[in-house]
Amino acid sequence: MVDTSVILSGMRLDNPVIPASGTFGYGREFGEFYDINILGSFSFKGTTREPRFGNPTPRIADCTAGMINAVGLQNPGIDAVIAEELPALKKIFHKPVIANISGFSIEEYAECCEKIDAQEQVGLIEVNISCPNVRHGGMSFGTSCQSAAEVTRAVKAVTTKPVYLKLSPNVENIAEIALACQEAGADGISLINTLLGMRIDLRTKKPVIANTMGGFSGPAIFPVALRMVYQVAQAVRIPIMGMGGVSSARDVIEMMLAGATAVQVGAANLKNPYICKQIIEDLPKEMEKLGIKKLNEIIGGAL
Amino acid sequence: MRKDGLFTVKQNRQIAQSVYEMVLEGDTSAISAPGQFVNVEIEGLFLRRPISVCDLYGDLLTLIYKVVGVGTEKLAEAKPGDCFSLLTGLGNGYDTAKCGQKPLLIGGGVGVPPMYYLAKCLIREGRKPCVVLGFNTEQDCFYAEQFRALGCETAIATADGSVGVKGFVTDAIRQSNFDYDYFCACGPEPMLRAVADCCGCGGQLSFEERMACGFGACMGCSCKTKYGNKRICKDGPVLFKEEVIW
Repeated sequence: MVDTSVILSGMRLDNPVIPASGTFGYGREFGEFYDINILGSFSFKGTTREPRFGNPTPRIADCTAGMINAVGLQNPGIDAVIAEELPALKKIFHKPVIANISGFSIEEYAECCEKIDAQEQVGLIEVNISCPNVRHGGMSFGTSCQSAAEVTRAVKAVTTKPVYLKLSPNVENIAEIALACQEAGADGISLINTLLGMRIDLRTKKPVIANTMGGFSGPAIFPVALRMVYQVAQAVRIPIMGMGGVSSARDVIEMMLAGATAVQVGAANLKNPYICKQIIEDLPKEMEKLGIKKLNEIIGGAL
Repeated sequence: MRKDGLFTVKQNRQIAQSVYEMVLEGDTSAISAPGQFVNVEIEGLFLRRPISVCDLYGDLLTLIYKVVGVGTEKLAEAKPGDCFSLLTGLGNGYDTAKCGQKPLLIGGGVGVPPMYYLAKCLIREGRKPCVVLGFNTEQDCFYAEQFRALGCETAIATADGSVGVKGFVTDAIRQSNFDYDYFCACGPEPMLRAVADCCGCGGQLSFEERMACGFGACMGCSCKTKYGNKRICKDGPVLFKEEVIW
């Protein structure tokens, strides 16, 4: 009998598999497909202070081995999430959830994180400073060491739960930014968010996405994500949630060898709603094949 | 309830210019209303392709699709015996209880297929639907005989006048003098808008949007309505006339 459990900043997860923010809503839709309590945890939809519709449509484009989204942080706002989504989630999910928070100012990040920190269902806060789909916010905080550190400090000052900063791959040196977050008090790092991409419709000769560009995700980005997780793991001593194109138990193991303590699954959920269930069922089999007894012992094994 | 299942192609044939009719066999139990869609996984492509349900008979499912890109090109190559993974039971579908006694069903182009299963359901419930179909040219026309075989009075509009009334579906609606107390429509957005303006009664309209998951998780296909933001794939694709913001 193999052991798939891991400890993420004090949170004991039955397995390291975590659906990524933006691909799992607030859990309800997937609850119609399977019992989501089998998950290690999940990271809910990026939430902001105000309700947001997001960007104009079309905001989805298909790609070879992946997809582009330019949703732009559609969400009902932090107060509605606390009043409606969390109580609804409580009925179907009995583990601590990861709260993904986004913002357009340092104050907004702090305000939302303080509110969500007070919710007992929340086990960990993932601060998104890497959304490529909103202007004047999101990614702009994640592209410099200074602003990433400022957000980290502001959030840490008003929270008690572990705070992970979710980083953008669309930067010169992701390890430096991770290091800046660590120095500012971050408890962990999540990476990577989507890569900026675009598609053009050959018939209309115009960009498919109304906003022209969007975030590219899916299996195609796995090697890039793995490389960045490896680089960040070399640079920091705080734990890492690795993500980017993960779609199999083997990908999960590979991501952990590169230094991830937990592994998020994103776009794959949108193609196959059962993918996380399948990965969780496959993990013990893959571990046995590879002679791994305890999954937590392989973290950073390739470093 | 949504379901993921394997379906086997029984038949796949061209029925009009670039338009194909595919009959598949599999577990259709999740499909609960006309106007719902399935999301088809196609080998070599990342995202599934959403296609509306044209007909349902036991475990046989009919889909009609137009070849418009790489996904539908691959579908058109499918042979009997080939298998596809389908997510079924997606979307809200038409609320037939609200459709009145004499609903007018309006389909434009590949908006025609969902009208067929809707017509069957309405007839089964004792209503008397009449039908208006819109196409560009005679080469694009399909399914008029099938609607007539159900006993529906059916009018056609073609943009070039090669079949039926020359013009748009709204021209055919005006000229047909059909007696109707409600309407259901599916087609390109300009057509939906024209139909909503043309028909004084209440109605339901089915919208299209590029989507990823098809089950409400990714928020890719959202639209604004008078009743708040809705996901075309989960809260739609069918919206009531009074809630649509044009």
